[in-house]
Amino acid sequence: MSEGLLFTGAEWDFDKVQRTHDAIAEIAHGELGLDTYPNQIEVITAEQMLDAYSSIGMPLMYKHWSFGKHFARDETLYRKGMRGLAYEIVINSSPCISYIMEENSMPMQALVIAHAAFGHNHFFKNNGLFRQWTDAKGILDYMDFAKGYLARCEERYGQAAVERVVDAAHALMSHGVHKYPRKRTPDLADEERRAAERREYQEKMFNDLWRTVPKPASTKQGSQELAERKRRLGLPEENLLYFLEKMAPKLAPWQREIIRIVRKISQYFYPQKQTKMMNEGCATFVHYTIVNRLHELGKLSDGAMLEILHSHTSVVFQPDFDDRRFSGLNPYALGFAMMQDIRRICEQPTAEDHQWFPDFAGNGDPFGTLRQAWADFRDESFLLQYLSPALIRKLRLFKIHDIAEASDMEITAIHNERGYREVRKALSRSYDIAHMDPDIQIVDVDLAGDRRLILHHMVENGMMLVEAEAVRVLRHVANLWGYEVRLVEIDSATDAILRIHEDIGPSVEA
Amino acid sequence: MNIIDRRLNPKGKSLANRQRFLRRARAQIVKAVRDASGSRSIQDIANGEKISIPMDGLREPTFHRSGNTGVRDYVVPGNKNYVEGDRVAKPEQEDGGGGGSEGSSDGEGQDDFAFVLSREEFLDIFLDDLELPDLVKRKMKQTESTTPSRAGYSVTGSPANLNVVRTMRNSLSRRIALKRPKPAELAALEDEIKALEESGEDPERLSHLRVEFEAQVSKSKRVPYIDPLDVRYSRFEHVPKPVTQAVMFCLMDVSGSMTEHMKDLAKRFFMLLYLFLSRRYRHVDVVFIRHTHEAAEVDEDTFFYSTETGGTVVSTALEVMRDVVKDRYSPADWNIYCAQASDGDNTSSDNAKTVHLLEDVILPLCQYFAYIEVGAEYKDWLGRESDLWRTYKSVEKPGGMLAMRRVRVRSQIFPVFRELFAKERNDNAAWAGGGKS
Repeated sequence: MSEGLLFTGAEWDFDKVQRTHDAIAEIAHGELGLDTYPNQIEVITAEQMLDAYSSIGMPLMYKHWSFGKHFARDETLYRKGMRGLAYEIVINSSPCISYIMEENSMPMQALVIAHAAFGHNHFFKNNGLFRQWTDAKGILDYMDFAKGYLARCEERYGQAAVERVVDAAHALMSHGVHKYPRKRTPDLADEERRAAERREYQEKMFNDLWRTVPKPASTKQGSQELAERKRRLGLPEENLLYFLEKMAPKLAPWQREIIRIVRKISQYFYPQKQTKMMNEGCATFVHYTIVNRLHELGKLSDGAMLEILHSHTSVVFQPDFDDRRFSGLNPYALGFAMMQDIRRICEQPTAEDHQWFPDFAGNGDPFGTLRQAWADFRDESFLLQYLSPALIRKLRLFKIHDIAEASDMEITAIHNERGYREVRKALSRSYDIAHMDPDIQIVDVDLAGDRRLILHHMVENGMMLVEAEAVRVLRHVANLWGYEVRLVEIDSATDAILRIHEDIGPSVEA
Repeated sequence: MNIIDRRLNPKGKSLANRQRFLRRARAQIVKAVRDASGSRSIQDIANGEKISIPMDGLREPTFHRSGNTGVRDYVVPGNKNYVEGDRVAKPEQEDGGGGGSEGSSDGEGQDDFAFVLSREEFLDIFLDDLELPDLVKRKMKQTESTTPSRAGYSVTGSPANLNVVRTMRNSLSRRIALKRPKPAELAALEDEIKALEESGEDPERLSHLRVEFEAQVSKSKRVPYIDPLDVRYSRFEHVPKPVTQAVMFCLMDVSGSMTEHMKDLAKRFFMLLYLFLSRRYRHVDVVFIRHTHEAAEVDEDTFFYSTETGGTVVSTALEVMRDVVKDRYSPADWNIYCAQASDGDNTSSDNAKTVHLLEDVILPLCQYFAYIEVGAEYKDWLGRESDLWRTYKSVEKPGGMLAMRRVRVRSQIFPVFRELFAKERNDNAAWAGGGKS
């Protein structure tokens, strides 16, 4: 072996992996200042990679036919050569588990370790959303519990019964998350303090004139009752799974537990949905910086570096909008470009950068700036804060306004002085999860009457639900609720009722 | 950091998921398999099969927005020469205009779900509700041959059955228990003695070592490396086994009136039967007997591809079959199946003999006798059915061993085959008998 090189040749072995990991760790912690969970690197085969794929990337997962379906599809695509496999899967847990494939060459393993075991790992440990919503230490134990629990339920109640609940819960998975931290219930001391504050405020604000203002006549008995009922049920509720778990009248305890499990998993993945672009950008930036540094230090051969760069460029490849390969913005490409751009702004700012980013342009501390961005932002806010005019020009981003009924679309902003803010705002908005998922809430249920559950979809910009799919999901909701369900689509701007999906009852149990 | 090698973890982690998936889609898969098999040559059937099934019941619906309503803003890269205010035509629907809608526009008309079934899964489904007619052998099963099956270990046995792993395990534990010195220890002692002898120092230790060396050597002689006590043999028990071999007789008329098309139909039927039998029996022999006015046992190529001229005397083939059975396939050891293909011709004078042979000799030997009449619907100038058909008709009894079907075109092969072996036919035969279990 040549002097100083971590490895030569394409074959990998455990020694080389260990050595490479240690060299990468030195740079990652020493120079980039990353803060990571301890690493656990697991070597798996292509088939195991497919396994992991189909069970949404978790090493432990309960059994369900949909995973079998995804496996069958992925396998078919893979065998036909229509799709390659990911080089790695990384799990937000402590220790942070990264799967690497045995088929990878050693340079690829180095790339993957830098990318997953340090880039993603740092992001998982430090990003605010992950810190708030996920419990890295507990997730594997929880999945183990979930798997065992569902298996026991299947034994006890039969596969069909369990499937019925899991199917329904899966259909509502994207509407089974708490988007905001729940209110902490105040304790007695708190309550007393707040009551005192309120009283003091009222005393201060007392004005006898209010007594003379006529009272609104419409406080009828009915609407008060309705308000009371809604308050008791915690309505309106946008976490459909949570509501069904707590309130559905017909569910058995084990069914509620299954819903809870699905809900927890959905919640666990919620931060990943919101930070996809940043997470990948962070990991890509980290691996790019580290392998370049290793090459500079003479620890990577030119050949290995070329192989790594080849993979790197194909990962961050962004086809233009009129390219046949175009399928939206590549999160790796956009994320990486933004991280590189921030580094440039810190190190070699232009006058424009000083004007747009006065607080960090030219501060000479790119890694510190990036670490802060990685910790405090999600895709939407990150774009809004950090997307620079220079990058908009580089990517030649432009904004299209598309009205479904119209025959053509309008270009409303391009990469010029007038358009920068417009483009940035629109791009940021398209990463806002609140706008990506339709806003569906449970608004009312008549517990004393026919127990019909009423959902509202607040239609934004006229984007209606896919009718056939919505009916299928409603059937699942009805299966959990046990009675009829109605979905009303309401225009959020005008409050006009656009469409009513009429009372859908539960399907007959097989 | 930890590196863990997971490559040796048990495979097929997702097998349970796959089974659930197949069960879920069972109805659609069965239909797809049936459809696929109709259009496919028999050789291909045995291979794995790519099938497409409709998405009914396999959908995982979610609430999502339809792509063809509403107002959207996209940001896309790669502007060439657009300026603000330009109007551009909408791209083709599948482009979705860049990150817009997910899935197809209305959620309907989704593509079929295509995936690959393994060979086993395919045949399982394809032959699922078919059962072998094997009523006769039920009586004979008790007197069948036996097969050795592992049954633990014994201290006696033939040298060929010596179980080396067990023996060495016992030997090792005994040597450890009795503290038999290891060769390396003896060598170390010897070396030390030699070194002391040469240097001449410490005579006291030298003599001590010599005594110990002697003791160790004698101990290693007393405690043998392998003691007869250690020896273990694999033990086998003879368990009676059901007949796991079958012989399939293919009888075919090869006289001039049999066209290539008819032979092709016959061949397909034979192969299907072979496939079916080989799933039920560990070992399946095939005997090809062709006949014109005389019959002979031939190899497969000759059977299907060489032509012969002559009259048609069916009884000759039955005679040859009888002789072959007598010579090589004792009904006690073999499950005997017979499939006969013919265009229905027979010399009129032979009919009586055929009936006699079939009824008194062949059918009692057989588990099942399938007669396939291939080619055009045959009616003679009197509007009667073919000679052979009428002849066999007189033998056919409900619930008997003989089954007759007509096949005219290729697509009928599978339905007819299924008809012949459908479970209802002998649903009283709960015992699946004779087969691989």
